[in-house]
Amino acid sequence: MTIVTDTGTWVRRNRMTVTPLLFLLPGILFFVVYVISPIFQSFGISLYDWDGLGAGEYIGLDNYRELMTDRAFETSLRNNVKWLVLYLLAIPAGLFIALFLNQTVMGIRLYKSLFFFPFVLSQVVVGLVFSWFFLPREGLLNAMLGLFGLEPVNILGDPQLATYGIIVAGLWPQTAYCMILYLTGLNAVDPEQIEAGRLDGAKGWRMLWHVVLPQLKPATFIAFVVTIIGALRSFDLISIMTNGGPFGSTRVLSFLMFEKALGEYGFRMGYGSAIAVVLFLIMLVFIGYFLWQMWRDERAARR
Amino acid sequence: MRSIVKTPLAVLAATTMLSGAAFAQDSLSGTLRISSDMSNPAPRAIMEGLVEDFGAMHPDLDIELTIVDREAWKTQIRNVLSANPPDVVNWYAANRMGPYVNAGLFMDISDWWEAGDYEGLDSVRGALTMDGRQWGIPYTYYQWGVYYREDIYNELGLSEPTTWEEELANCQVIVESGRACYTIGTRFLWTAGGWFDYLNMRTNGFDFHMALARGEVPWTDERVRQTFANWRVLIDMGAFIEDHQTYSWQDALPLMINGEAAAYLMGNFVVPHLHDAGLTDDQIDFYQFPAINPDVAMGEDAPTDTFHVPAGAQNVEAARAFLAYVASPEVQTEINGPDGLGQLPVNANASVADDEFNQQGFTMLSENAQGGIAQFFDRDFPAEMAAIGMEGLQEFMVFPDNLDDILGRLEQARQRIYR
Repeated sequence: MTIVTDTGTWVRRNRMTVTPLLFLLPGILFFVVYVISPIFQSFGISLYDWDGLGAGEYIGLDNYRELMTDRAFETSLRNNVKWLVLYLLAIPAGLFIALFLNQTVMGIRLYKSLFFFPFVLSQVVVGLVFSWFFLPREGLLNAMLGLFGLEPVNILGDPQLATYGIIVAGLWPQTAYCMILYLTGLNAVDPEQIEAGRLDGAKGWRMLWHVVLPQLKPATFIAFVVTIIGALRSFDLISIMTNGGPFGSTRVLSFLMFEKALGEYGFRMGYGSAIAVVLFLIMLVFIGYFLWQMWRDERAARR
Repeated sequence: MRSIVKTPLAVLAATTMLSGAAFAQDSLSGTLRISSDMSNPAPRAIMEGLVEDFGAMHPDLDIELTIVDREAWKTQIRNVLSANPPDVVNWYAANRMGPYVNAGLFMDISDWWEAGDYEGLDSVRGALTMDGRQWGIPYTYYQWGVYYREDIYNELGLSEPTTWEEELANCQVIVESGRACYTIGTRFLWTAGGWFDYLNMRTNGFDFHMALARGEVPWTDERVRQTFANWRVLIDMGAFIEDHQTYSWQDALPLMINGEAAAYLMGNFVVPHLHDAGLTDDQIDFYQFPAINPDVAMGEDAPTDTFHVPAGAQNVEAARAFLAYVASPEVQTEINGPDGLGQLPVNANASVADDEFNQQGFTMLSENAQGGIAQFFDRDFPAEMAAIGMEGLQEFMVFPDNLDDILGRLEQARQRIYR
């Protein structure tokens, strides 16, 4: 009996710690089962040669050695970098449109919704629309080039250009997303600080850079996070617009991983897992940065 | 029409099976579970009709039919076979069976072949054989070949080519008339595999092609280069449409329909698409891919679709009866007929539909394919080799100058894959 009352008092004494833990428990449980443990499983599977059906054969780091010599992997990695860098253009573009729309004129709500519209569309629809836009013969792009007397181009059929073509398609909805983030951010900009800046003679770029942007820092951070994540998730657009082609020139790591592990001619689970591990390590850099950034902000807020 | 045919057909089929198979028909009971990939409208109707008719013959048997999207099935079959497998599944012949045969997921049904369940199927038995055993039965196949615009050929005064010289001469005339000789859409790669199959079988013969598929010949072999050299002659003269890497095979159809291209190397399934687009039988015709090297016998691509019994099947007896039913001449005639799949029956005792293309295809495969009958690039080559290979073929069609690099890459892949 005494033990029971002891625990009772222990619970009572540590209520402030136990309660949040109990509330977190279901979430943590699912997170561990569906997110954390598959990560470690992937590490494990990447050491095997396994077709997903029979028994796997342990081959050590052979999958990784093969990755080093696999040109498809090299192309995909390079494309991932292109995506990461160029996709960030959505942030300044979104900021620009947000500043442009942040005014009170007749029907501004309508214009805002029209600019936001592409983000509402499914990525599949965006991909389809852009692949029609880029069509080599009938496409709108070549019709426009023709008006200026330029030669037609087959963007999605050219291994040098195809990835850029898909990134342009991806930037369309991503810019809209960043725009909406900045629009909400601009609502929170303190008019008194603007006023003070104006009294001190700041205007134009200086006003934007020194007064407005620092106040938009939270919006910029979120825009950065969602854009990086968006760039690393660029799977559906690629699948719809080029299916990884021509001759594999538009694959990114996630697409290559899918093809090798789960595609029609794939089912090399070990090799696919090895790609997944590399992709995870790349993401870890960003995840680490985001976590560190958030931790720093929290600490600053607590002070 | 269908309802009149059905009853006598069912009776006929039942009698043939009674004589052919050594078990009693009426004892079938329980549940027969079938997972099928015949999801396109016409095949779906056929599959549902099969189940209905077979069910009518066996009133005590409960048949559960699950139809999965044909593309999705290519990945789903793995889950279906490994967890709670049904009694009958659809798949493809030849090397495509490999993963499931090796993993022990398909039942070895050699005994049923031996017992005479499938009389008349001897010619297609090879495609279902692996390690000397049989792992399923075919239910349909179709020829590949050149489908061309008869009216354009007539306008230009051309006839069906039978030799490589005639072929090139024809193509020169077509190109000069401002058209492409061939339309093709290589976006999903496999169409390029068809071209390689034919060029390689015509240049080096069926046996060499199969040796290459089995990984016994290096891709950098001089004979393989000869195949690509022949291909390059066509590419350099502008025989193929431009920008084909952007098109699917359906996207490439309008170019033939509106007369910008004169022909299409394709499977017989292209015919309904051409008919639907308004081309009549007077405007389209078919010829066998012409000979290149007169010393090698003609080999043909004729992909075969199949039924298998999973190793974990519960109602094996019913599955056996169903397979025998599908393979019987009467059922074969009906399901491959003009109201059905419009393809070739696998049973030699079945009759081929009275259709210009089926008849030509059947004659070609039975009389002028002494070299042998291949399945298709992505079914004869191991999956991984096929994927890397077809990508190389597409690249070659766009940048023929990259050949050395492509072949080096394929050879590297060959050495790893066939280890």
